Amino acid sequence: MAAETASVPATSAPAETERLRLAKAAIRRGKLRTRWLLLSPALLTIVLVGLLPLSIILVYSFLEPGTYGGVRWVFSTDAYVQFLFERDLFEDTLTFNPAYLEIFWRSVELALLSTVGSLLIGFPTAYFIATRPPSRRNLWLFLITLPFWTNLLIRTFAMMLILRDEGVINIILMKLGLIDQPLVLIYTDGAVFLGLVYSYLPFMVLPIYAALEKLDFRLVEAAYDLYATRGKVLRHVILPVAKPGLVAGCILVFVPGLGAYITPELLGGGKSLMIGNMIAIQFGNSRNWPFGSAASLILMAIVLVALLVYVRYAGRRRGHG
Amino acid sequence: MTGDGAAADRTAGRSDRAGAAAIEIRRVRKVFGSGQERAVVALDDVSLTIRDNEFFTLLGPSGCGKTTLLRLIAGFEQPTAGEILLFGSHLEHLPPHRRPVNTVFQQYALFPHMTVAENIGFGLMMQGRPKREIDETVRRMLALVRMDDLAGRRTDQLSGGQQQRVALARALAPHPKVLLLDEPLSALDLKLRKEMQIELKRLQHETGITFIFVTHDQEEALTMSDRIAVMSDGAILQVGTPREIYDHPARRFVADFIGEINILPAELLETREASGGASARVRLSSGQVRLARLPDGPVAAGRVNVAVRPEHAGLQPAGEGAALTGTLSNVVYFGTGTHYHLELDGPGGEGGRFVVELQNRLGAGADHAIGARLGILLTDGSLQVLCD
Repeated sequence: MAAETASVPATSAPAETERLRLAKAAIRRGKLRTRWLLLSPALLTIVLVGLLPLSIILVYSFLEPGTYGGVRWVFSTDAYVQFLFERDLFEDTLTFNPAYLEIFWRSVELALLSTVGSLLIGFPTAYFIATRPPSRRNLWLFLITLPFWTNLLIRTFAMMLILRDEGVINIILMKLGLIDQPLVLIYTDGAVFLGLVYSYLPFMVLPIYAALEKLDFRLVEAAYDLYATRGKVLRHVILPVAKPGLVAGCILVFVPGLGAYITPELLGGGKSLMIGNMIAIQFGNSRNWPFGSAASLILMAIVLVALLVYVRYAGRRRGHG
Repeated sequence: MTGDGAAADRTAGRSDRAGAAAIEIRRVRKVFGSGQERAVVALDDVSLTIRDNEFFTLLGPSGCGKTTLLRLIAGFEQPTAGEILLFGSHLEHLPPHRRPVNTVFQQYALFPHMTVAENIGFGLMMQGRPKREIDETVRRMLALVRMDDLAGRRTDQLSGGQQQRVALARALAPHPKVLLLDEPLSALDLKLRKEMQIELKRLQHETGITFIFVTHDQEEALTMSDRIAVMSDGAILQVGTPREIYDHPARRFVADFIGEINILPAELLETREASGGASARVRLSSGQVRLARLPDGPVAAGRVNVAVRPEHAGLQPAGEGAALTGTLSNVVYFGTGTHYHLELDGPGGEGGRFVVELQNRLGAGADHAIGARLGILLTDGSLQVLCD
């Protein structure tokens, strides 16, 4: 009897720790479940509107085009071959055809130009806002984001009204008697460039502003004090400190600029084709879905490679510093 | 102001051999903002001469204009009126990067994207010096501030004291004619601050560069400075050596701001010039007459205030010709000494409070009980007449 009563606490102690262990495990499981529940909307969105369509595109790019659009379920690498070569219809030989490469190159060129353009306009703008008194910065930021209140399509139509032959610029210049014939402004690469800069400028200004806002302006004073001229202060202090913002802004302008569709479509008038339009045509008039899919993936690959190169470069710089 | 300007000139004249004027500030006025209501006068008709190879301190509470004066010398602000001269040549219209003066900033303002060595070499690089010379100077500066092994570190990997040293080395590297220091020690803890005080004094001695040091810490000012200018409300109240400022404050504000002091009402009887400075006979509220030192500056006739440091006074039995008498209300022991707080006798018991500080000697206990009536011993010369 005595031994039994004595053994009770002895056996109950491991039971207690076992129960505690189970309870802790249950809490952990509960926490894990909550975490997945909270994540699920984001995961679902990424899978449904990101990964799934991408997989479809990937599969389509390795199929043959259907006669009236769509695809035929026959494996083929023709879409990728077609990007660089032209297949002779009669002899079945391949000749190098740079037409699509040229479209890609023009797109890269235009996207780069508009990135530089937005940088040249965006940096002074961001600097201006960041040097205002804090109470007034929000007003300026609000003005920068104001264009987002209107759809990009409508904003581009507004650009057309300004640039076309009977547009605001031409009418004013003709009324002033400076020109007799309307200037050819719309449906040029210049118009596309202007449209891209206009559309993506806020994406340049905002990240640069975010970086400059954190800049300690005493650093600028310290540099002035140490014999740096204005230009040297910009080069040696402001730009290095604002660099993350500059890079983010450039990526945010270059990437969507490269795949832009509406702006080159409306302001380029189909004359200066960019990748976005070329891909759209494959899915529309040309009824070559596999080629459109392949072109989309090649575009994505270019952007990815560019970003990876940058990340590698930036990472190495940081490691050195 | 004119009185103090004259005082400053007199002190300057007394020790000409100490060197030429490094910085001359002539009737400088600085107003921030515009309009009747919004304009703030930061400096009002300030004149000051700072000598070559001098450790000069601008001392005052926050908002007194000391930092504004420093920023005017550095060139970050332009004076509304007046002239600033550096070794005789005008500075007013030069931008900061063309003035041979460098600043150590309050929060150091080290460049976060550069190493310690790059920070220190920045000024020389901007001056376009050859790389060999820059490397050589950076190495010398690192040794001077005892940071030799940290040249390759990023500045955010440094402690507060190390950042302070880098900031000093960076400002000293281009060998400026004048070094401006804007409360550089305020971000450090007490122990480090004491260390850096000695370090700064050493650096000033070794480099021979004129230091202009801004602080609100009176102890810091007294410890380090060759001369101090006490500022308040955009004006310089008194310029002098730490001893002059402490022992012979000219104004009530200066007396109050630096250390502890007793201020008593008195009546000015007659003044006399002497070799050690002008003095006057004053009658205290008790009717006792003592000899007091006169300040450099105009003193009102008749009713004046006189100041006495607690450690310059003594205790004696009540009566027997004591300068003042009072009742002991509190005894505060603080290690090296003891403060005796007395309620002075006066008309209607409103005599005010007087503090006497006595040195503690080993084995001697407190020999006065609270409530005891005591006399205050004031010798001739322990009293200082104030201008206001």
